[in-house]
Amino acid sequence: MTSMDNEISVIDYEAANIGSVLRMLEKAGAKPVRASTPAEIAAARRIILPGVGAFDHGMDQLHKRGLVDALNQAALERRIPVMGICLGMQLMCRSSEEGERRGLGWMDASVEKFRFAPDLRLAVPHMGWNTVRLCKENPLLPTLEDRTRFYFVHSFKVRCDHEEDVIAKTHYGEDFVSIFSRGNLFGAQFHPEKSHRFGMQLLSNFLKHTAHA
Amino acid sequence: MLKNRVIPTLLLQDGGLIKTRKFKQPKYVGDAVNAIRIFNEKEVDELIVLDIYASRENRQPDFETIGRIAEECFMPLCYGGGVSSLEDASRIYQCGVEKISLQTAALRNPGLVTEIAQKYGSQAVTVSIDVKKDWLGRRKVYASANGKLIDEPLKALLKRLVDAGAGEVLINAVDRDGDLCGYDLALVEEASHLVNVPVIASGGAASLEDFKKAVDAGASAVAAGAYFVFHGPHRAVLITYPKYEELEQTLGVKS
Repeated sequence: MTSMDNEISVIDYEAANIGSVLRMLEKAGAKPVRASTPAEIAAARRIILPGVGAFDHGMDQLHKRGLVDALNQAALERRIPVMGICLGMQLMCRSSEEGERRGLGWMDASVEKFRFAPDLRLAVPHMGWNTVRLCKENPLLPTLEDRTRFYFVHSFKVRCDHEEDVIAKTHYGEDFVSIFSRGNLFGAQFHPEKSHRFGMQLLSNFLKHTAHA
Repeated sequence: MLKNRVIPTLLLQDGGLIKTRKFKQPKYVGDAVNAIRIFNEKEVDELIVLDIYASRENRQPDFETIGRIAEECFMPLCYGGGVSSLEDASRIYQCGVEKISLQTAALRNPGLVTEIAQKYGSQAVTVSIDVKKDWLGRRKVYASANGKLIDEPLKALLKRLVDAGAGEVLINAVDRDGDLCGYDLALVEEASHLVNVPVIASGGAASLEDFKKAVDAGASAVAAGAYFVFHGPHRAVLITYPKYEELEQTLGVKS
């Protein structure tokens, strides 16, 4: 890979702490750069959209910085690879039960709250290590290594309209979508940057898969 | 995945790491970032970092150091020390920390536990309870910030804090801290039966067998300090962590 091939733009919009994302990307062999302006997004070759916290806050931060048009152009017109992490994945959907704002709407998917009967005694947010089950062949996780586990922190979950967009599911009281993808778009509900070599491998696979995009 | 989390507890002082014995005799054990890199390599489940002097010295959390540490952690991080307001807590979560451990503030003002839990979820709030034996050998809750034993029984206090919103309890036997003499299993068992949230056993672990015993006594997770940072009878500093396979054999796995 040339130096340009491994460059990756991490959206910095005060709705995520991106320090460990940058570190993990470096460890995965990428050259991460912060992108916090429309011009920086326009120059991006591939994008990571991280995010924690409330859905509306995330969308408001993107709008406030004038990043939505640049992101739409990158994802839908230039069709460069984009990967959403946690709230970032949820922002790629149409809408969320968590908020009033419209999402970016790139994926035919919506975001719903975990609703468990009290007798299940399952806490929300779903917080901790969990496993994933692959639903189809995909470049992010071609195989599941022994002991593969990821770290989750979320109260809301994605529901995809099209089953073929679902790459992996995870069980917490019920099955939910833990990785989705369609074309150039990818999303992971867990935090690869907090998931040791398993998360690093996923980011490294994203990088390799998109090296010649 | 392991059935039970095995968590190194690191004590922070002036940006470096120390280890105490019975909460005294702090000994410098190295640079925080370096230790975290080692624990990254070992793929530990979670880390607890405590600034044990922050409340004692009436200091705010050292947000800069916390941010630097969180950035290096490729695993979830729990931070405790000097958190005394919702604003402190928010800043710490913004640093990239997943959980906050409260002791001094929780003892003074359980309402803060509720405030933080309502905003960030109970799972993001741990209460850290220190227990020390009095001169008659009775277990008493110990307020580490002022070194005083508390009259309120453990049972009532734990119930009150879990009702207030604590999602997890770190139960620490002060008399065993750093002594590598095994957990206070009676304490672990008592605490685990008193609450329906996960209990992390702490204080005294010296072997994999100790982890197993604490889990058998009811602990959901096990924490250790000296066991992970000292080696041999002379307490030479050596940061280690068991192989994942060994932990799996000792504690079992869940699918």
